[in-house]
Amino acid sequence: MTGVVGAIVEAWDELRLHKLRVLLALVGVAVAVAAITAVTAAVQMLTQGYAETLERDSGRQVTLGVDAWPQSEQAAAPTELDAAYARALERYDITWASRDWYTQVPFRFPDGTRRVDVRAVDPDLAVMQRISVEDGRWFADADADAFAPVLVVNPAFLAALGLDDLAGHPTVLLGDDHPVRAAIVGVTPQRWQGETPQAMVLYEQLVRWYVPAGTTGPGQPAPTLKVWVPPEVAGDLSDRLERDVAAVLPGWQVSVWDNRGSGYSALDGAARWVALGVGGIALLLGGLGLVNIALVTVRHRIREIGIRRSFGATSGRIFFGVLMESVVATLVAGLVGIVLAVAVIKNVPVDVLFGGGIQDRPPFPVSAALVGLACATGVGALAGLIPATVAVRVKVIDAIRY
Amino acid sequence: MTVLDLLGDAPPESPSEVPPVVELRGVTRQFPGDPPVHALHPADLRVGAGEYLSVVGPSGSGKSTLLNLLGLLDRPSDGEYLLDGIPTAHAGERERAALRAGHIGFVFQAFHLLPHRSVLENVLLATIYSGVPRAERRDRAVAALERVGLSHRLDFPPTVLSGGERQRTAVARAVVSQPRVLLADEPTGNLDSESSEAVLELFDELHAGGLTLLVITHEDDVSARAQRRVRIADGHLREIA
Repeated sequence: MTGVVGAIVEAWDELRLHKLRVLLALVGVAVAVAAITAVTAAVQMLTQGYAETLERDSGRQVTLGVDAWPQSEQAAAPTELDAAYARALERYDITWASRDWYTQVPFRFPDGTRRVDVRAVDPDLAVMQRISVEDGRWFADADADAFAPVLVVNPAFLAALGLDDLAGHPTVLLGDDHPVRAAIVGVTPQRWQGETPQAMVLYEQLVRWYVPAGTTGPGQPAPTLKVWVPPEVAGDLSDRLERDVAAVLPGWQVSVWDNRGSGYSALDGAARWVALGVGGIALLLGGLGLVNIALVTVRHRIREIGIRRSFGATSGRIFFGVLMESVVATLVAGLVGIVLAVAVIKNVPVDVLFGGGIQDRPPFPVSAALVGLACATGVGALAGLIPATVAVRVKVIDAIRY
Repeated sequence: MTVLDLLGDAPPESPSEVPPVVELRGVTRQFPGDPPVHALHPADLRVGAGEYLSVVGPSGSGKSTLLNLLGLLDRPSDGEYLLDGIPTAHAGERERAALRAGHIGFVFQAFHLLPHRSVLENVLLATIYSGVPRAERRDRAVAALERVGLSHRLDFPPTVLSGGERQRTAVARAVVSQPRVLLADEPTGNLDSESSEAVLELFDELHAGGLTLLVITHEDDVSARAQRRVRIADGHLREIA
């Protein structure tokens, strides 16, 4: 044990003495570890950004959607649908659920009445589909009982009203024959250039204040029920929801879909391989540089090795010493690489570079850092083997010959 | 603590009562070739504890071959070499390294100090492999350097020292681990006369303190300082009366 500690101390002393050489040798290794860590972090952010984009469109993993259509005039009344949904949520103790109904509603803008795409939802949908509000607020449960509808709109809707923000507590008339004044309480970020005006309203409020003509009856769509459930129960729950809702709604066609095949996992797997590939190649190049410099260094230190041998250093000790120099050096370089990666990741807005808007920024990839460090140390050991072998083969007599 | 303390107990009263520190029994060394080169013909040599022996001979006479054999840096082609009574001809590499570390101190003509290490660190180098407890190493090294008159140069790199100071550093390094024998290879070969005299005086003091010295040289005046003299010529050893 003392021998090992002694060898490590000696190795550290050697590195301290040959700072420039060590620096040159280890730049590659430090960059490799930084690359492994930073690329992994970047890939995680890219993956997260892609996942969040998917989740904005189709909900978090796993979201089930229950669609229902009345098939005939004799079908159960649409009000039965809400009751069926409520019973299903209660029976399966589902925490996150929202109705989601795409329709069109007339609004009175300064330049006249226009039909606008409206999404009637429940408050949970903001979490389920990562809907963020850049100005104002999202719906609260209490909004369902308000005496006037509240709206969350997109910037194009606000612009159509001739407004830039919510500072004036804007309102807008909703409906055609018997309009009701709706308060705009939130604005979502613009998702793409050239968006048309869009609004979201609580489902309860929309059906209370305005029922779009021609949206009920045979073949007409009814609100989708979206539920966010753990992946392990998604399959079973999907069958049960379809069966339960269909059972209480005679004359309705009920189908359940889910978003499990959205391609997220495929990207995740591919991204991991890309990160590993980039890191591996960087580490290999760093290791080759290390071997090169270590070999040259050993040649320069042949006399020193001879002197050490003449004072009683065994060949094993020389071998271990040269090997440990490489290992200790790469370990230090690995740590430097991780510090570099942390500095880059914490100070460069990588998520913004990937399009921004990442809600759940992935944590620093500690596992990647540790793997990078371990790989660097391994490369150090491998890179140290060749010069260590050369060092052992040094003939003492030749080494100390003047 | 002085370097004399470092050398341990006083030598026994009579060298004949204990095995010699260095004993060659019919040792030869030949190098393969056509014809083979006989660098050392069968040689017998006994050096008792506390003796000061010089081996003198011209260039190419086999001095370096003899030094390499005595320093366990090379193996004899035939015969036996006993160091402090321990047979070494067939000893393993690890055992020979341990014997070098514990029994032999080297002083080279070219000093062979590590240029990136301080004077103190150079002396400490010898303690690493000889089993000196870590806590004692620094004190011993400082004492050795005090004895050779270099206590004011502890943190200097060897590159800024004079030749004489470098060789005295090398002597301090050679004796810091309390070796049984000091092997000096042309110790004054790179020194001016003043520095040479200082180093030889240091050898005299070490000898007076009980250290066994074996000095290899081609200079007769250096050889003449020794208690016993051996001449080597064409690989043949011969005691000078």
